[in-house]
Amino acid sequence: MAFEGLGERLQQTLQKIKGKGKVTEADVKEMMREVRFALIEADVNLKVVKEFVKKVSERAVGSDVMQSLTPGQQVVKIVRDELAELMGGETEAITFAKKPPTVIMMVGLQGAGKTTTTGKLANLIRKKYNRKPLLAAADVYRPAAIQQLETIGKQLGMPVFQLGTEADPVDIAKQAVAKAKEDHNDVVFIDTAGRLQIDEDLMQELRNIHDAVKPDEVYLVVDAMTGQVAANVAETFDQQVGVTGVVLTKLDGDTRGGAALSIRSVTGKPIKFAGMGEKLDALEPFHPERMASRILGMGDVMSLIEKAQTNVDEEKAKELEQKFRDQSFTFDDFLEQLEQVKKMGPLDEILKMLPGAGKIKGIDNVKVDEKQMDRVEAVIKSMTIAEKSKPEIINSSRKKRIARGSGTSIQEVNRLLKQFDEMRKMMKQMSNMQQGKGKRKMKMPGLDSLFK
Amino acid sequence: MSFFKKLKEKISGKPDETTEKYKDGLEKTRTSFTSKVNDLVARYRKVDEDFFEELEELLLQADVGFETVMELMDDLRFEVQRRNVKDTEGIQTAISEKLVDIYRKGEDGEGSLNMQEEGPTVILFVGVNGVGKTTTIGKLAHRFISEGKSVMLAAGDTFRAGAIDQLQVWGDRVGAEVIRHAENSDPAAVMYDAVRAAKNRKVDVLICDTAGRLQNKVNLMNELEKVHRVIGRELPDAPHETLLALDATTGQNALIQAETFKEATNVTGIVLTKLDGTAKGGIVLAIRNKLGIPVKFVGLGEGMEDLQPFDAERYVYGLFAEGLEQEAEILGQEKGED
Ligand SMILES: Nc1nc2c(ncn2[C@@H]2O[C@H](COP(=O)(O)OP(=O)(O)O)[C@@H](O)[C@H]2O)c(=O)[nH]1
Ligand SMILES: Nc1nc2c(ncn2[C@@H]2O[C@H](COP(=O)(O)OP(=O)(O)O)[C@@H](O)[C@H]2O)c(=O)[nH]1
Ligand SMILES: [Mg+2]
Ligand SMILES: [Mg+2]
Repeated sequence: MAFEGLGERLQQTLQKIKGKGKVTEADVKEMMREVRFALIEADVNLKVVKEFVKKVSERAVGSDVMQSLTPGQQVVKIVRDELAELMGGETEAITFAKKPPTVIMMVGLQGAGKTTTTGKLANLIRKKYNRKPLLAAADVYRPAAIQQLETIGKQLGMPVFQLGTEADPVDIAKQAVAKAKEDHNDVVFIDTAGRLQIDEDLMQELRNIHDAVKPDEVYLVVDAMTGQVAANVAETFDQQVGVTGVVLTKLDGDTRGGAALSIRSVTGKPIKFAGMGEKLDALEPFHPERMASRILGMGDVMSLIEKAQTNVDEEKAKELEQKFRDQSFTFDDFLEQLEQVKKMGPLDEILKMLPGAGKIKGIDNVKVDEKQMDRVEAVIKSMTIAEKSKPEIINSSRKKRIARGSGTSIQEVNRLLKQFDEMRKMMKQMSNMQQGKGKRKMKMPGLDSLFK
Repeated sequence: MSFFKKLKEKISGKPDETTEKYKDGLEKTRTSFTSKVNDLVARYRKVDEDFFEELEELLLQADVGFETVMELMDDLRFEVQRRNVKDTEGIQTAISEKLVDIYRKGEDGEGSLNMQEEGPTVILFVGVNGVGKTTTIGKLAHRFISEGKSVMLAAGDTFRAGAIDQLQVWGDRVGAEVIRHAENSDPAAVMYDAVRAAKNRKVDVLICDTAGRLQNKVNLMNELEKVHRVIGRELPDAPHETLLALDATTGQNALIQAETFKEATNVTGIVLTKLDGTAKGGIVLAIRNKLGIPVKFVGLGEGMEDLQPFDAERYVYGLFAEGLEQEAEILGQEKGED
């Protein structure tokens, strides 16, 4: 049930308008209805939607939209620009205390991802800023919350401070800070229990912890799938404990994430990080621009481009192109390519990031069989050096050995050899065609057919 | 087909007997609910476009979702015209009837669990991360045990840090044995052992926990299908219930969750958790409408008693009562000032 993006919906609205020649104020109004719809479907808070639509309408009516030959695109652009502006700039900077330890308090609703994010952030701070964090287990309510943090601490090789479930969270926080000083840990994370923003006792507890340890950062952790209530949650937490930054979790899902906009517009606080998975390295800086596109259902093109860029080494690409041309591309190169593609992330997820992908029927069910990829890898890895660079020499007894070594079948080995051969031929054709155009587009023709 | 028509058809397709039984059973709650709505609406104002608009906004703010709200509003407008309703008095019945009808079906038997007379009843919990699966399992186990049933729990979340311990704490708390393997082991193997143990020890109910997973992770959804399959292989017809835990704070994504998990594991019911907060989880209305999955329980807190069977009347009332109350108050004040 993938929803259409705003771009597509506006397109439809414009079909009706087309032929009338000029866009009228009423047409703009019609388009704004679509904007409103798109934002509500993306879970942006209704009040925020209203303000936003009002602002955008004013700009649209007063601008070139009505004269424009491409009013739809104009409107999308205005909406996107306004949205991106509301989202603020990129700010992943962390405020460190002048006098260590820096205290970072994690707050939010139940199950939002506080404990996991504590681990992720600690990991990042150690890697990027070379700090030595201490993790404090101040959730004494949720069963096994302490064990959860301890397991994470073990995975990261970081100390965890805890006083059991009978202790007062305020004491835990205070003693953790003292302990950090003693042990020369320069950052202390306080992982608090999840709580509803309307739970007065527990909100009071948060204020008490805050007063006791005076944190340098208070991070509100919010699930990206949160609906209308996100605005109120963020507002209340901010009022009660003074949020300094927001972490949006579970953005690896397929939610539009309108909560991001609600949170920004009611608190004005920066969203600093995005949780992209359950593993402890799945934390990324938050990109407001991309979030704007995502909310509008315009495909996460930027992410895709960046992913491709970070994972493809420019020098390697040149080298590879040369190999395409003189047909010296070997199975070793192929293996390397496989690794590159794998680094970009699960293929089916990459597919879904393409703009318009939501419209393709059944895209949600597309399964790129990563196991198949592993099998191809296994086959190649069972070849000798000579075989890898000169596949021509692979005769039937060699095939038998490779199949046995990789735990596959001779048919599979045959298939791969045949496809590899075809690929090489195609590469040659393509690189000949592209020669002189000065374009360096690195693509592996026929690669996709291997995984079906 | 319109929202209400579809629902009406479903209901009228039911044998009269059940409908009657259901009606009797609900007569009391129904009147109290209706009278509450009446009170509210009466304190309101004329049935005009403003009224509809505000009702629409209340429902949108409860996460019901644009499409379903629009269908609802169209139906209500039509009803108002058809009955030639001009004042609030007339719309009272229309609103209460319509809104509650949506959930009628959820209460006539389908709201209860498919319990087995012989052998263990197996209940599998599925859902995305952090929605409250493990907690609900603890609460549900407590419920069964207080009814005198014996319960066993399967620690099928071998992935998340501390998840097995969490279920163990619940098991100890409510007095249920927990079948567990080491962290990071194969969840299907846990299920295999658990179903065998449940059969051997002749427990009444086996409740299986699973790791949270986002529905767009194909590998993890495949793993879940496998878990589901393994249970069925060890005990034909099991799992007898597959319950999807949905967090009431979740917005429109819940619809996609329901759809995808249904495809993978044939979800038989929903547990709507965290309704003790301010979120309403209105998206279950759309889920009910589009996918027909009933809500079976609601989670109202973190304690073991905080689980209740779903009550359509109360739920629907809660969807917009607060909002209407506030409106009425403001209006009352305005009037008082005049
Ligand atoms: N897919 C995904 N899952 C996440 C992310 N962050 C947290 N989780 C999961 O969400 C669930 C709740 O997280 P937890 O840290 O226990 O939340 P807390 O109750 O706020 O401390 C766990 O299953 C986590 O693995 C994320 O960015 N992506
Ligand atoms: N307020 C409230 N919190 C809940 C409810 N159900 C679960 N929780 C909390 O939500 C968090 C995640 O619950 P958990 O059972 O671990 O989720 P799971 O990852 O789906 O197994 C925990 O902190 C629970 O205590 C509920 O009905 N109300
Ligand atoms: Mg936690
Ligand atoms: Mg769990």
